[in-house]
Amino acid sequence: MSLDAWQELFERLDRSRLRTGLTMFSVAWGILMLVMLLAAGRGLENNVRWQFRDDAINSIWLWPGRTAVPWEGHPVGRALSFDNDDIDAIRAMPDVGALTGRFRIWDDFAISWGDRRGDFSVRAVHPDHQVLEGTVITSGRYIDDLDLAEKRKVAVIGDEVSSQLFRGEDPIGERIAIGGITYTVVGVFFDDGGPGETELIYVPITTAQLAYGGGRRVHQIMFTVGDMTVAQSEALTDQVRGQLARAHDFDPDDARALRVRNNLEQFQQVNQMFEWIGAFVWVVGVGTVLAGAVGVSNILLVSVKERTAELGLRKAIGATPGSLVAMVLQEAVVLTSVAGYAGLVLGVALVEIVAASLPENEYVRDPSVDLGVLGAAVVLLVVLGTLAGLVPALRAASIDPINALRDG
Amino acid sequence: MIRLEKLNKSYPMADAPVHVLRDLDLFVAEGEYAAIMGSSGSGKSTLLNVLGLLDRYDSGSYTLGDTLIRDVSEREAARLRNQYIGFVFQSFHLLPFKTATENVALPLYYAGVPRRRRNELALQMLERVGLRERADHLPNQLSGGQKQRVAIARALVTKPRLVLADEPTGALDSQTSNDIMDLLASVNADGMTVLVVTHEHDVAAKMRRVIHLVDGRIASDRIQVPS
Repeated sequence: MSLDAWQELFERLDRSRLRTGLTMFSVAWGILMLVMLLAAGRGLENNVRWQFRDDAINSIWLWPGRTAVPWEGHPVGRALSFDNDDIDAIRAMPDVGALTGRFRIWDDFAISWGDRRGDFSVRAVHPDHQVLEGTVITSGRYIDDLDLAEKRKVAVIGDEVSSQLFRGEDPIGERIAIGGITYTVVGVFFDDGGPGETELIYVPITTAQLAYGGGRRVHQIMFTVGDMTVAQSEALTDQVRGQLARAHDFDPDDARALRVRNNLEQFQQVNQMFEWIGAFVWVVGVGTVLAGAVGVSNILLVSVKERTAELGLRKAIGATPGSLVAMVLQEAVVLTSVAGYAGLVLGVALVEIVAASLPENEYVRDPSVDLGVLGAAVVLLVVLGTLAGLVPALRAASIDPINALRDG
Repeated sequence: MIRLEKLNKSYPMADAPVHVLRDLDLFVAEGEYAAIMGSSGSGKSTLLNVLGLLDRYDSGSYTLGDTLIRDVSEREAARLRNQYIGFVFQSFHLLPFKTATENVALPLYYAGVPRRRRNELALQMLERVGLRERADHLPNQLSGGQKQRVAIARALVTKPRLVLADEPTGALDSQTSNDIMDLLASVNADGMTVLVVTHEHDVAAKMRRVIHLVDGRIASDRIQVPS
């Protein structure tokens, strides 16, 4: 574009300031909305991913239930329970990754160190529990296989427990009492699953089974499945279900006898939901931007119509159709890209302000727009600008100078 | 300069095509000063459009200078108009938001002449038509006669070989008309071929040749001594 073309363009825009301003506003508004929508969608998505963050997402959790289907002479309503043999049987299956049982200690034990007392939950687990819960050791160590084999009385405490009982003193090697039984603290952990997840104490499952009359009982089993697809994880779940059904004599199709949570499936569903939300946001956003572009197209059509005589005269004195197309297209692209860029900058600034001042809440987290999306929006703008200018530009090029210059 | 042979032109209409120019033969030599007259519907405007490369013809041939004008693209026609033909219109058709100089310079913009050179040439042309001191005025600050002078300067600025004027005095009073016709006569005196479409006998009387069109045919074509 030559300097003259730019000068002409600015003179022209200056002559119709109000119209130009309103048109540019509609484009800027469309882009602003697109950016805000994208950021809101991203915020929702971030929030849900954040809620999944502390547990292994490729895990399957199992709880025993009550039978609801008669099976080989057994009545319905029979309560099932897992035991150590189930853990061994599932561990022996191919494709099972980290595996842990959980043994819950129901009694409301007071937990004390010296004369300080506290009220914390105790979970008796296998070493792999660390992987499944995403537990981070901040000092000392987690429970290990030797602890289980020797049924050691060791405990790993959450940092909330540590700060309440030890108040800054080093808890490693100290002895705490859980329901009258003394454990040695071997580690402190952090877990970003929220405050409740660090007001916890982990002990070896074998120790707890022995100390609190659990026998070989296991209350819950959790295991990871590597990088399986949802379908593969479901096949494995069926296999596990079959194994447990054989071991405990229940109908493998009895959904109430064995309760299963497949996190992978849930995560996938959530992911899918966000793909849909993402697509929806784009459709609405692009629609809004498109409305702006149609506005530009419309205003240029009016402008071309108003300037029929001028364009006819230009043709008569030597303007080629191509030069008139270029003139109108230039106007369209400049209008949309300048206005769109303004909308983009404003939108990003607004998102930043909102993100910075947003209080912690359950629905939206870290709303933002990434560079790729912004790039896509800019490309979209230029394409839309060109499209918006196309019809008026061709109209301008097809003006018949004879009619345009006819007097009266 | 201009050679028309058996030129035919018709416009498609709802009932039947209207035959506007019928087997027209016309020769205009370089440097002629001629009026094309005729009543409304005689085909004189169509003839002007065909001569000005603004419209196509159906059959026959049109040779402008050495160039046979046949099936030229719009782009090529635009180039030829820019290079060979200057237009003057009844209602001037100056761009209202541009100064006299900018209006005069516009054809040079489409000819690809650099800005500085454009303005020089435009000012020279305004000097030629006696409006040098109005160079920075907008059209609405000029009288009708002055506007037409600017338009004539615009027609001349590319140094065309043919000036086509469509009722150049139609919007002007008689005194101003005389001034404009004197200007066109002096342009012709410089060697430029000038064709003026008019229905005013006073105007035609000032030309050296008068071509009468009736129903798309040349009814009379006579040489005269300008009054």
